[in-house]
Amino acid sequence: MSTVPENLRYTETHEWVENIGGGRYRVGITEHAQELLGDLVFVELPAVGGQIRVGNPCGVLESVKAAADLYAPISGTVEEVNEALGENPQWLNEDPHGRGWIMVINADAGAWDGLLDAAAYARIAGV
Amino acid sequence: MPYIPHGADEVAQMQAAIGITDLEALFDEVPAQLEGHDLLLPAGLSEMALRRELEERAAANTPLRCFAGGGAYAHHIPAIVWEIAGRGEFYTAYTPYQAEASQGTLQVLYEYQSFLTRLTEMEVANASLYDGASALAEACLMALRLQGEGKAILVPDNLLPAWREVLHSILGLQEIPLLGVPYDRQTGRLQLPEGENDSAALIIPQINAFGGLEAVDALTDWAHARQMLAIAVVNPLALAILKAPGVWGQGGADLVVGEGQPLGIPLSAGGPFFGFLTCRKAHVRQMPGRLVARTVDVQGREGFCLTLQAREQHIRRGKATSNICTNQGLMVIAATIHMAALGGDGLRQTAVACHRQARRLRDLLADVPGVQWPFSGPFFHEFVLRLPLSAKAVRDTLLERGILAGICLAEWGMGEAGDLLVCVTELASDADLLDYRDALLATLKDLSA
Amino acid sequence: MNPTPLIFAYDHHRDPVQASARAAEEGLEDIPQTLLRGDALHWPNPSELEVLRHYTRLSQRNFSIDTHFYPLGSCTMKYNPRIAHEGAMLAGFARLHPQTPAPAMQGLLRVLWELQEWLAAITGMAAVSLTPAAGAQGELAGVAMIRAYHQARGDHQRKRMLIPTAAHGTNPASARMAGFAVVEIPNGPDGDLDLAALDAALGPDTAGIMLTNPSTLGVFERQIVQIAERVHGAGGLLYYDGANLNAILGRVRPGDMGFDVMHLNLHKTLATPHGGGGPGAGAVAVRERLLPFLPQPRVARDEHGRYHWLDAGDLPASIGRLSAHAGNIGVLLRAHAYLRRLGREGVERVSRYAALNANYLLKRLQAVGFQAAFPERRASHEFILSVTDLQRENGIRALDVAKRLLDYGIHAPTVYFPQLVPECLLIEPTETESKATLDRFVEVMQKIRQEALETPQLLREAPHHLPVGRLDEALAARRLDVADRA
Repeated sequence: MSTVPENLRYTETHEWVENIGGGRYRVGITEHAQELLGDLVFVELPAVGGQIRVGNPCGVLESVKAAADLYAPISGTVEEVNEALGENPQWLNEDPHGRGWIMVINADAGAWDGLLDAAAYARIAGV
Repeated sequence: MPYIPHGADEVAQMQAAIGITDLEALFDEVPAQLEGHDLLLPAGLSEMALRRELEERAAANTPLRCFAGGGAYAHHIPAIVWEIAGRGEFYTAYTPYQAEASQGTLQVLYEYQSFLTRLTEMEVANASLYDGASALAEACLMALRLQGEGKAILVPDNLLPAWREVLHSILGLQEIPLLGVPYDRQTGRLQLPEGENDSAALIIPQINAFGGLEAVDALTDWAHARQMLAIAVVNPLALAILKAPGVWGQGGADLVVGEGQPLGIPLSAGGPFFGFLTCRKAHVRQMPGRLVARTVDVQGREGFCLTLQAREQHIRRGKATSNICTNQGLMVIAATIHMAALGGDGLRQTAVACHRQARRLRDLLADVPGVQWPFSGPFFHEFVLRLPLSAKAVRDTLLERGILAGICLAEWGMGEAGDLLVCVTELASDADLLDYRDALLATLKDLSA
Repeated sequence: MNPTPLIFAYDHHRDPVQASARAAEEGLEDIPQTLLRGDALHWPNPSELEVLRHYTRLSQRNFSIDTHFYPLGSCTMKYNPRIAHEGAMLAGFARLHPQTPAPAMQGLLRVLWELQEWLAAITGMAAVSLTPAAGAQGELAGVAMIRAYHQARGDHQRKRMLIPTAAHGTNPASARMAGFAVVEIPNGPDGDLDLAALDAALGPDTAGIMLTNPSTLGVFERQIVQIAERVHGAGGLLYYDGANLNAILGRVRPGDMGFDVMHLNLHKTLATPHGGGGPGAGAVAVRERLLPFLPQPRVARDEHGRYHWLDAGDLPASIGRLSAHAGNIGVLLRAHAYLRRLGREGVERVSRYAALNANYLLKRLQAVGFQAAFPERRASHEFILSVTDLQRENGIRALDVAKRLLDYGIHAPTVYFPQLVPECLLIEPTETESKATLDRFVEVMQKIRQEALETPQLLREAPHHLPVGRLDEALAARRLDVADRA
């Protein structure tokens, strides 16, 4: 069974979002997503400083058997990306909510209001 | 029944198991209106009769001593190459998706990739594409993915014309701009365009369509100074003596492609050949085609498997790096055995022999009245001879003497009517060269009379 | 430790002299030093016997049609007749330079012309070009012709290509490469296309539809005539992916089903070898209205019975040239020999016996407990099993069944394609396998099923009896050791 932390918000495309204050949101993929994808081998990250729009692809996750787009969970500016994932894509499997974080987005306050809460995501993802 | 092993009693048992009494019932879901057309094919032949017919058809092709090149080259192929490549275990295997049952093919492909990266002094080679020209089209698409779409590709006017046509066919579908780069009429070599240029990549043919050698260092640096990628197009045999594209100029070429046919592949009227593509590791995820990696199994034993498959169409579908599915597996197996059989020393000796015999023929032809050399400058094993008569008439007459004298540049829409592109490989003995000169002399005399 | 070390281990004959130091004595002094290779080439120099042994040993680490039953769905792994190989390797063909003038290659051109004619007869199409080097290149040529057709009519808004969700991945990839946007159309629960979804997708922007029939789901698309009417009615064209032509060879012609353009996989249907991943050949065939757009070159015969090439000068509307020469001639020669050997009657038999073997195998496997994906349907030349019951029971996946088959000396069927059917095995026995081989396959599958229920670990760790066990693909992709460096 995958864990679905209560303090995060989620998308139907299996991204999680954490409000870290000051209009900044940390983003990653859920534990369920990494299970679906299998062993991740490569991550294509968005450019720091770039604008991303909710629902649009902003990166690629590649596993042994699949490649999936990473969709922007909210609109905003990419403030920081987890460069270490380039060398350590397995962190997405091992610790998707921790070391496997993908990026930090700078957005308006309340940007995550429309996202799913843990219960709703768990229901949709069937976990 | 050729190749269908069923006995009548077996068919009856199988029908009973299915619950039908007639094989026609197997097609009961096909709308009746779609069936029942006459099939306009001739009757079948026994294997003996077929063999005889094939020999007759093969004999209806005139045996010729080959002095034509233009992207396809007559070379000696050691007997063991196709002896091994023709083994059923290689010949009748599928793509090595089931790695444990395909370690033979996979290791050969890994060795092939290693041979090619060493030859071109690049870091990654894919497991081959259809042919050199289509590999160049794929390299251009790759360059555009790396450089951003909407940019142009600089295509030399002295690139083989069939290759330019392939670029237009394939890249034209996506309306990618292809800008010509002119060549110097005296040397046949590329002239660099002046001024600003924000194209994605420059194609650098080493060897060009006239057989001439380009100033590759300067061309590579020119491209890099303008933030373009340098796409090298090379002859793999010539790389035994010529500078490897990985070390051209200050930074080396970024992508390297070529026609692999000189590495053990029969001419076979133009195919199947194979195209190779090598690049830097930093660009590997934009590379099309299959790739084999060395890894370990659950017990830690060394083994090989396909890797980065997520780039490919069977997983990535519409977002794949290319639609390519097959590579030219068997050709690459033959090429790998060929490269091993020649070894590094043998490849160099072959290349040296090609160059030596080509120079020899050029020297022999210097005395033929009326011939000229339209292009100055160094060459590998191919050069342009300007005849005082129509090159086509001379070539057609020489066919009757059992010689394919070269390629008429006019048929390519290049050069002048008298221009003949002549190629000499290690297959041409000194006696063959003398025969060529004598036949040419006699033909020129006959046609002038 | 690899028991067959890389060929690069055989380095004992290396010439110690640096290459550049020898250039002058080798007669390379006319080439400027800056253009010559600097470092010696780091290739091995094995003896001929070492080469022979090394690659013979490697060959023995492969499964192949010649050594193993190979029921790989969608790939048509039938026997590859050796007479075809022998013919193609005759010096009169193998030594032909592609720039040989046509009068000196009449034997070859006749073969190619006949093959064009025969493929037109088999497909019910007006004309054929043999030049595409593989199925995917045939697809690209086909959709490029659809594009050219619409453009020639000034119909520039047709930018969308409809493709079933279950299609081969090459279809959407080829459509994209030709500049089309892809619209996926779902299949219904019985395997046939969802006509309501098709109707909803059709419109003035529809360029065409790419279909495989029998479909990738192993069943014949029964509504094909209606689909053709609707797509044509909307101004689109129909593309036939010939991957499954073996199922209807000599019986149903794609032209009669309403298709406008198609490719054939000669390496499947016409028994040319797969060669560990190629070379293939993907000849394209078209109806009259697409004829001007066929890729060049093609072969023509004049009124005197002489053959010649048709190229850019003769075919001004052609989509152009796809490779430097005329395609994979050696493969075309093999396909020609195969058709010549079979003749009309032999060709008609192919689909009958391919269907017989597939349907027999399906019934027998169902009888020993396996689930068919479409139990109500007649199998084409292949069929799909789903092992979700084993997954529920013991966590056994299709991959585990596939790997265990290898232990029994049988190549695995295609797994996880089509992606629509969970835990699927796509099984294609082909017509050239005997009943005895099929019966043995059923026995082995029955045994594996039993193992899956009783000793599932045996499957999860399979294969046990091959040179290597399951490979670490994640390590392979992360470390990316793709070339042995000098």
